[in-house]
Amino acid sequence: METTDRVQNILMVGVGGQGVILASEIISEVMMRAGHDVKKSEVHGMAQRGGSVSSHVRFGPKVYSPLIKKGDADVLFSFELLESVRYLDFLRSDALIIVNNQKVLPPSVTLGVDSYPARLPEIMRERFSRVEIVDALDIAKQAGNVRALNVAFLGAFSRHFAVDENLWKEVISSMLTPKLVDVNIKAFMLGREKMNS
Amino acid sequence: MKVILSGNEAIARGAYEAGVAVATAYPGTPSTEILENMATYEGVYAEWSPNEKVALEVATGAAIGGRRALAAMKHVGVNVAADPLFTVSYTGIKGGLVIVTADDPEMHSSQNEQDNRNYAKFAKVPMLEPADSQEAKDYIKLAFELSERFDTPVFVRTTTRISHSKSIVELSEPKQRPATSALEKQPDKYVMVPAHARRRHPLVEQRIKDLEAFAEEFPENRVELQDLSVGIIASGTCYQYAREAFPGYSFLKLGMVYPLPKKKIKEFARQVKKLYAFEELDPFFEEQVKALGIEIIGKEVFPSCGEFDPGTAEQGISGAAGVEKKGAALPYLPPRPPTMCPGCPHRGLFYVLNKMNVFVAGDIGCYTLACLPPLKAVDTCICMGASIGHAMGLDKALGSEAHGRVVAVIGDSTFLHSGITGLLDVAYNRGACTVIILDNWTTAMTGRQDHPGTGMTIREEKTTKVDYVKLVKALGIKHVKKVDPFDLKKLNKVLNKELNRPEPSVIITDSPCVLYRRVEKGAQRPLLYVESSECIGCKACLQLGCPALEWVTLPVKESAALKKKRGEAFVNPTLCTGCELCSQLCKKGAIRKKDGDN
Repeated sequence: METTDRVQNILMVGVGGQGVILASEIISEVMMRAGHDVKKSEVHGMAQRGGSVSSHVRFGPKVYSPLIKKGDADVLFSFELLESVRYLDFLRSDALIIVNNQKVLPPSVTLGVDSYPARLPEIMRERFSRVEIVDALDIAKQAGNVRALNVAFLGAFSRHFAVDENLWKEVISSMLTPKLVDVNIKAFMLGREKMNS
Repeated sequence: MKVILSGNEAIARGAYEAGVAVATAYPGTPSTEILENMATYEGVYAEWSPNEKVALEVATGAAIGGRRALAAMKHVGVNVAADPLFTVSYTGIKGGLVIVTADDPEMHSSQNEQDNRNYAKFAKVPMLEPADSQEAKDYIKLAFELSERFDTPVFVRTTTRISHSKSIVELSEPKQRPATSALEKQPDKYVMVPAHARRRHPLVEQRIKDLEAFAEEFPENRVELQDLSVGIIASGTCYQYAREAFPGYSFLKLGMVYPLPKKKIKEFARQVKKLYAFEELDPFFEEQVKALGIEIIGKEVFPSCGEFDPGTAEQGISGAAGVEKKGAALPYLPPRPPTMCPGCPHRGLFYVLNKMNVFVAGDIGCYTLACLPPLKAVDTCICMGASIGHAMGLDKALGSEAHGRVVAVIGDSTFLHSGITGLLDVAYNRGACTVIILDNWTTAMTGRQDHPGTGMTIREEKTTKVDYVKLVKALGIKHVKKVDPFDLKKLNKVLNKELNRPEPSVIITDSPCVLYRRVEKGAQRPLLYVESSECIGCKACLQLGCPALEWVTLPVKESAALKKKRGEAFVNPTLCTGCELCSQLCKKGAIRKKDGDN
């Protein structure tokens, strides 16, 4: 996706504790350093205790609203399968969906009251033409640390934007504790390359 | 330098750049990060106060002493601080006093969505409302200037979407302020006995008139004339939503939401054909504009409940239909509400309370989540500290019907915030209540902040630590018992005994939050697993509602062959913390510790 003069709307979703917020911080910082106006919004507090989490990231020449209007997201960047489907209302009809192939069971499912919905990738593909399913956990494992999952997944995201690779690396390095930088940069690059193959 | 800051980070930065000397708060979403960030700046005294009333009083003291001071709180925190607020409005200050109220439209993490713009009008205190992080920083500085110029406390109001949104901010260097601080006695200004207060009140009325005149010239009350067919009056994040939806229309963007610039509004109304007030929650602008005899459209087209987005402006103004669902045939998506963490010290207590089928007067904190299934063991939650009063009221009203069947549960931070006086009432007025203080050594819900019971300050310096047992006894409660909330048998026994006591009693569950950062490493417990061959699928363990425990459905034939009830339990090793609550519930002993040390 070429970055145009129109504001780009990235909706990031997942489950509390998956690293959605850190990934959204990195994207925002990268886009600011790439010369864009940036706004992002999410909620903290009670909502984060293992609940459904969303972060709105918007960048372009001038951004007013910190929230994406329903039906206006260009990219759904989803860390969990069920959560992606929960937010489909937010997408433009030509939106790109990048989804991590992971299931985190909601409480009613772990209790055995509900079952985890089937055919989620198909449901997305029936409605949207561009759906990329990424096994971010596998990439993070290859990089040597499962906790680098969010940065590995960010690698897959990054190839859709005309931003210098070094800028991504620079920001990731500046936002993580020094001892985690190497493994995360490795995970980022693996994620970025994976999408090219 | 340009950086990306949240509204809360920008507020702290702004206060620092304005030379704030004292900053106070009690944690509360969405305001918490303001003080967390204040404490990172050199030369600022920052504190977690026990509650918002104390926070405002400390800030007021500093301002009376001539230094700049800030008190930050969530919207409902202003209710707690309302008592000093209404009278410091009369006294005024010497150094600038800024009160940040962080409102929570949509109640992302709150018990109501009150619109605190009303407090500005009610307490006759001016209020600024920034629309992004840059303005959050700038307006804090303006607020200090206004405070000193007009001898008044000044409100800065944010909402969740300002406090927790990030946008680009240009940093400046802190300003050196001349030392104006002194102990200066001015009893006619600061001692609000009736004779003095009667002389102050007319000054307050005059001040509001002066501020109204100022509002007319205030550059942050900005008129943006474009297409004159529609004019929109908005402030804060609502301005951004409307501007996004209708970039071409005309706007009156209010940086000061109280008092309003009446002449400017009249002039704007004259210039545009159709006038809207686009505001979340209450018709605060709308009613005041209507009182000027001006026609304006507001709550007849925009909701009074919840937060807005650009779509709300479109629907209200151009009548655009809501977004159609992408295909009707989406499957049922199980909800994902927030839950207590695996290893949470509260879980076992609420499991026991559920089994005892008692009425649980609840309070504000992570444990309020125990109202959800399967624990379903919280029966009231109204405000900070209320649980104890509720239990007392039930006890006094229902007598023998309530006796032994009502408990109050209250977290450590909440108890110190406003539970102590409730407990004092129980002791003094001889309530037969059992109060459980859930001491997890931190203010967990808002992100694990320190408080007077943790022995640490906001800057992580060691300090004095409340002794709950001594405190409770000093209030007049004779029966106080500490218990480990992971020992279900003991918990059950202690609860039964204390509930049936015809006197007030306190139980303290003593165990740190599972996310508590000061627990020594190496204390890692062995994780648990389900021995599949011995699990009969009775689901007893699932009644804990632990996210680490999963139900695995098995095919009918397979279950029958294994003498299971259609499935079995599974411990998710990536979530288990080894707390051993579930293994205490398994009658078959099928849940065991890993590493063979069963």
